[in-house]
Amino acid sequence: MSTENTQTAAQVERRGWVQILARNWALAFLILLFVVFSFTGKGFLGLTNFENILYLSTTFVFLAASETFVIITGGIDLSVGFVMGLSSVLCAQVMQSVYAAHASAAATMVVGALVGLVVGIAPGYVSGILISRYNVPPFIATLGMSGITNGIALTICQGFPVAGLPGDLVRLGNGYLFYSFPGKGSRFFGWPPGVTDSQVRELTRILPNGLLLWLVVIAILLYVLKTTRFGQHTFAIGGSIEAAKRAGIDVRRHLVTIYVLSSFFAGMAGVYNVFQTGVGNFTPFNASYELFAIAAVVIGGASLMGGKGSLVGSVIGVLLLAVLNNGLSISGVAAFYRFIAVGIILVIAVVIDQLFPDLL
Amino acid sequence: MDYLIEVRNIVKRFGGLVAVNDVSMGVGRGEVVAVLGDNGAGKSTLIKVISGVYAPEEGTILFEGKPVRIASPMDALSLGIETIYQDLALAENLNVYSNIFLGREKTRKAAGIFPVLDHEYMHREAAKVLDGLVIKIPSLRSKIKSLSGGQRQAVAISRSIYWNAKILIMDEPTAALGVAQQSQVLELVNTLKARGIGIILISHTMFDVFKVADRIVVMRRGRKVAEKIRTETTPDEIVSYIVGAEAV
Amino acid sequence: MSDRQAARPRTGRLVSFVGRRWALLFLVAEAIAFCFIARGFFTLDTFQLVFIAGVPLFLLGLAETFVIISGGIDLSVGFVFGFASVVSAKLIVALQGAGASPGLAILIGCAATLLIGMIPGYFNGVLVARLRVPPFIATYSMLSVTYGISELLVEGSQAGNLPYLSSVIGTGFIAYFIPGHGFSFFTHERVARGTPVYSIIPLVVVAAFVFVAIFVFLLRMTKFGHHTYAIGGNPDAAVRSGIDVKAHLERVYVISALLATLAGILYMLQFSQGKSDAGASYLLDSIVAVVIGGASLYGGVGTAGGTIIGALLLSVLETGLRVLGVATFNIYIIVGIILIIAVLIDQFFPEITSSESGASP
Repeated sequence: MSTENTQTAAQVERRGWVQILARNWALAFLILLFVVFSFTGKGFLGLTNFENILYLSTTFVFLAASETFVIITGGIDLSVGFVMGLSSVLCAQVMQSVYAAHASAAATMVVGALVGLVVGIAPGYVSGILISRYNVPPFIATLGMSGITNGIALTICQGFPVAGLPGDLVRLGNGYLFYSFPGKGSRFFGWPPGVTDSQVRELTRILPNGLLLWLVVIAILLYVLKTTRFGQHTFAIGGSIEAAKRAGIDVRRHLVTIYVLSSFFAGMAGVYNVFQTGVGNFTPFNASYELFAIAAVVIGGASLMGGKGSLVGSVIGVLLLAVLNNGLSISGVAAFYRFIAVGIILVIAVVIDQLFPDLL
Repeated sequence: MDYLIEVRNIVKRFGGLVAVNDVSMGVGRGEVVAVLGDNGAGKSTLIKVISGVYAPEEGTILFEGKPVRIASPMDALSLGIETIYQDLALAENLNVYSNIFLGREKTRKAAGIFPVLDHEYMHREAAKVLDGLVIKIPSLRSKIKSLSGGQRQAVAISRSIYWNAKILIMDEPTAALGVAQQSQVLELVNTLKARGIGIILISHTMFDVFKVADRIVVMRRGRKVAEKIRTETTPDEIVSYIVGAEAV
Repeated sequence: MSDRQAARPRTGRLVSFVGRRWALLFLVAEAIAFCFIARGFFTLDTFQLVFIAGVPLFLLGLAETFVIISGGIDLSVGFVFGFASVVSAKLIVALQGAGASPGLAILIGCAATLLIGMIPGYFNGVLVARLRVPPFIATYSMLSVTYGISELLVEGSQAGNLPYLSSVIGTGFIAYFIPGHGFSFFTHERVARGTPVYSIIPLVVVAAFVFVAIFVFLLRMTKFGHHTYAIGGNPDAAVRSGIDVKAHLERVYVISALLATLAGILYMLQFSQGKSDAGASYLLDSIVAVVIGGASLYGGVGTAGGTIIGALLLSVLETGLRVLGVATFNIYIIVGIILIIAVLIDQFFPEITSSESGASP
């Protein structure tokens, strides 16, 4: 931002389009993917498929958004994937017990969700303390926490998905904000009365709840990162911890908050996962959710050295990976190519960053 | 006077800024020349020209009377021009003799085939160099991490002289040192001087300069504004050159 | 600072002694504890099982040791492992199909895989050293790419149909002792059910340790190893000392991939299959082994011996808990806690690594 001001108008003009393209390459690439897949993939360009993409990307938006904060401070959180699993499993386990005790579906969901959200805070608090007070490198602290949370999650669920939850769960998780049926009125969060299953096709549905949730979360986090002192301090710590300390920022406390935040949103991803799938899922060992989230953040323009990153960029990163995934499979490309594609795109992201260091 | 190294009419520009403007100076064998000046006066640019980091736009460099081209730090090193930067460029995780031999480690053949590091040799050789210096280091197997600032300086200097430095450029060697260690380092400079090494000393500390320098070069805004024999000048006079009072 | 060494109190020495060797002491204590509480732990078979189970960790840990000492990290080792298991299995089957004898097919297949396995490492090295991509990202990309390629090779399944000889090698021992029949080497004659057969020194462990010995030598004794420490300690100083840092880092990542490849090949021999995610769970464990062994993720500090101790510690733990019948899940928790303790010990006793005989030359 500041580099722009110091450049002369001629320089800006000369390098204008290269710079704009290089700075927004992820977005440009995302649009390019859209165009290409619209031609190659039958059914790619359709509301149903877009909903599909959003469905797949919702939990990753949470993981990537919170990882963005951590990476901006110059840290890394490798535990998000397994924290998500722990929250998911525990949330489902609580729901199962409460529901089995004949509680109403609504009460069950509220209690389970709350427990899932609260438990998500704990691993982040421990990592935060280890990192800020005991100078444990973030890589190690969160790696350790990932092992611990994974072990606890697996012990809770004994290696099986947790089922036996209220059916309303999925109806809410995969539902829409607003439904309308010609002649039968409209309603928030549910079908208008009198609509039968066979009439679903004629039902007008607006704004999936998942999308709503992720819009709200991103809006709040954007506000925090862009306009508050907390956001400003996050960048400051990533730029130079020493400078931040000397400027009177309570770096220790700030870092604890950052890791709690990260872990909380990982927990939220886990809870949402229960609403989405109707069961509590532990995180498989080779799922590499955290690496996927970190990849999205880096594609979004963040630097692992800290001090640099953007939430919108991270969301674009998640969407890019999700569209790539979805588009390749719709185009009939073997699923395995996506791993190769992700790897290559990630390298491109960082190499572009290296070639144009004065961008972003 | 016979200079070991001499620069003549050096000009170095950065864009529109003339960092070094028509400067000539030289150092003789066993002589300490201090280069003084305010921040941005051009002294570190001049030093980097001599140590091969920057190529000058104009001017010539003479080494032992013959014109030479110093295009890279490696060229400077092969002539025997060693530079000790403020950060000392030591690997803190390695021990003393490993740092002295860094990049030029001595190996021997184990079982007649495999080249392995000859720790004994390096330890012995390093001890020889360090024995001649004022600053003592308890063990050459200590990691740099556990040494004091003065001891680190001594290691950096030993590295230079072991590899036959003829010219030693020292950039603020006493900055960030305690008082006792400062005087040890200055004594070290005197030891090196006695061995015939030519030393270019960059310093802000007038006390250091008057304690060890033979000649004093003052730079201001890229130009050399004064060159004085130490015994013929006073700190006050030098300060007035630095701030530009007497040059007008 | 200057008097830090001289003034270290005597009580501090004991703490420092224990602190410096805590991993080794823990390993010994752990082994002794299992001997008492786990029935069937104190046997030759279990002892050898610890080493067999530890083979991937020794090799991947050693790979990671080189990279971590140089100041980097290699996330791709686990999937290079899987990649190598798939490639070697496919090659051996193909060679056999082309008419080679099982022995020849295995020999050529493994040798060729060792070469192919260096390719991802080379790419890692180029990305990190020449294109200045952070190691984390470069090796994660390579993780993705190697995983994708090996999945393509096996088309989502596993590579199998290996010759019987491969499992003879993979699960074989150097010597067998049958009471009444005496010793035999590499194979033993058929005996009646219930006759005890003492198997001595597994071949995979021998193969792993040959490589471990070579690379421990390289790291400890040679200029190459020394420069690896120097680069991790202060890359600028290394450059200014005339070390070709870029070329060196490339070789470090190639070595890492080579060791991971070997581990993958040994897995293929042992289990007679190639599986693209076979090494996935070892990534974490290998990094943990290195950190327990006293290395610092900031680079410049660590030893191969420490890593081997770290790997053994984990391997004894896992084997012991299995013998005890503790669910595998709990191992993750314990490993996570040990990892954090390992680093905390480092933080509380900083002088451990700064003294003479700390964890680097």
